[in-house]
Amino acid sequence: MIRIQNLTKYYGKRLAVDDISFNVEKGEIVAFLGPNAAGKTTTMRMITGYLMPTGGDVWIAGHNMASHSLEGRRLIGYMPEIVPLYTDMTTRSYLDFVARLRGLDKKRTKIRIDEVVEICHLEDYIDVILGKLSKGFRQRVGLAQAIIHDPGVLILDEPTIGIDPIQVAQTRGLIKELGKDRTILLSTHILPEVSMICERVIIIHEGRIVAGDRIENLTTILKGGNRIRLKVQGPAEKVTTRLARIDCIQAVAYEKPFHLVEFPADQEPQAEITQAMVQSSWTLLSMEPVKMSLEEIFLQLTAEEETGS
Amino acid sequence: MKNIGIISRKELKSYLSSPMAYIVTAIFLMLTGTFFATYLAGTNYSDTSIRGFLDAGQILILLFAAVLTMRLIAEERKLGTWELLLTVPVRDTEIILGKFLGSLAMLTGMLLLTLYYPILLMVFGDPDLGPVFTSYLGLFLLGCASLAIGLFASSLTSNQIVAAVVAGGILFALWFLGIAGNFAPGALGEVLTYLSLSRHFPDFVRGIVDTKAVVYYLSVTALFLYMAIRSTETDRWR
Ligand SMILES: Nc1ncnc2c1ncn2[C@@H]1O[C@H](COP(=O)(O)OP(=O)(O)OP(=O)(O)O)[C@@H](O)[C@H]1O
Ligand SMILES: [Mg+2]
Repeated sequence: MIRIQNLTKYYGKRLAVDDISFNVEKGEIVAFLGPNAAGKTTTMRMITGYLMPTGGDVWIAGHNMASHSLEGRRLIGYMPEIVPLYTDMTTRSYLDFVARLRGLDKKRTKIRIDEVVEICHLEDYIDVILGKLSKGFRQRVGLAQAIIHDPGVLILDEPTIGIDPIQVAQTRGLIKELGKDRTILLSTHILPEVSMICERVIIIHEGRIVAGDRIENLTTILKGGNRIRLKVQGPAEKVTTRLARIDCIQAVAYEKPFHLVEFPADQEPQAEITQAMVQSSWTLLSMEPVKMSLEEIFLQLTAEEETGS
Repeated sequence: MKNIGIISRKELKSYLSSPMAYIVTAIFLMLTGTFFATYLAGTNYSDTSIRGFLDAGQILILLFAAVLTMRLIAEERKLGTWELLLTVPVRDTEIILGKFLGSLAMLTGMLLLTLYYPILLMVFGDPDLGPVFTSYLGLFLLGCASLAIGLFASSLTSNQIVAAVVAGGILFALWFLGIAGNFAPGALGEVLTYLSLSRHFPDFVRGIVDTKAVVYYLSVTALFLYMAIRSTETDRWR
């Protein structure tokens, strides 16, 4: 649905997006994850046609955004990072304006305004001047205008930023709901959000994609290694040194009450660990593989990039 | 075409819902009214014409246009709504024409309000209506050109004040080109004079509709609208 090939953007001499390529398939919810200044907004602006790339191409459902921008734009709903509100309009007149520009006729506009107002819980604010809305409600109006024409593709630039925890949960639920029959690309730097709403994550750092995969697979692929969490009845320090002596184990850490051991992906140290514990007559209470949290992946990815370059 | 209408209606509504347009209109009416009346008094009410109004109006309309257009694009940039306009399926040309027509509707409304000057004359005297009609045509055309210049200036910046100053600069430079033309030698002088915004207006006041003058004002309008469209396109290539 969204196809991006060798997309590059220079702001003057400054390289903001560096030769990135990825696809988002129909019906997928994909997170675009990266620290500040990674190039998320810039990429989204190129996808939506607001910015022309310095190099590379964007296709939306087969429409090239350079040569058939209008056709592509018709299919997209876009919530920019800075919610684009006319501060002197009411919610209703604003949604009406956007709907008409999106090509909806008068009748359909009316129906859709009622629908999105209900979806985004804006009933009480329908005749309020936008300049007087709180941050959270501005975000909601931003989302409402993005879905007013019922687009097949949604591009959401940090949709949950700056809103309170209860509203965040609501918004995430809403995005998940919308994603059932739509293609969604959303950017964020909130890690838990990614595993909550997305099926796939694309991690971008300094303008380059450093990882992109289904969330389950990402852990092993990135790491090139695995971890096991042990609970051992025995003197913690001695257990640590004993574990470290096992050949294939690369690192041991003690996080009360667990020992965490790291080893290469192609090794299986479970048997050796059990043996070692038995030999020292410590009781092995539990042993289970650990999935790296996205947070760790993220930290590691960005750290590796820095030392690598 | 439909999009042009949607955008111009939105602009017009936005003018009518903010105090700015009313204040500027009030000032315009006050000043032109004063000039209208003092001119009549000056001729001892023997010359029943709207000369007084026109003398002041032609300059004031430049200011009016600069103030009316300064927010058109600059404010969209500041609010971030420019990003919305440039990502909905609407052509850059439609955005610019919509905004231009919105401001033109406002200016036309203001000009219609001044019709009470000639109406007063018709009630109390017997004015020559020919020059009145042509003068209004002249004001309208001058207004079109000024609005296009103002819109172009607004497309260059995200700061309304800067937009107004740039528009004022271009407008007055073009206005006083006529004076420069008087001093420049030969052909150069003639060209400068022809390019001046002020050169063509007196014809309309005298009741003459010169094709050259009409073409001039329409060309200036088209040129600056075109430049505003190009400036919008360049925005995407930052
Ligand atoms: N209009 C611009 N002109 C010049 N440089 C820009 C412009 N917009 C962004 N940049 C630069 O491009 C880089 C990428 O910025 P971008 O806004 O895409 O990052 P981001 O991933 O969206 O960050 P954030 O999480 O803070 O929103 C940054 O270094 C930024 O300074
Ligand atoms: Mg951003």
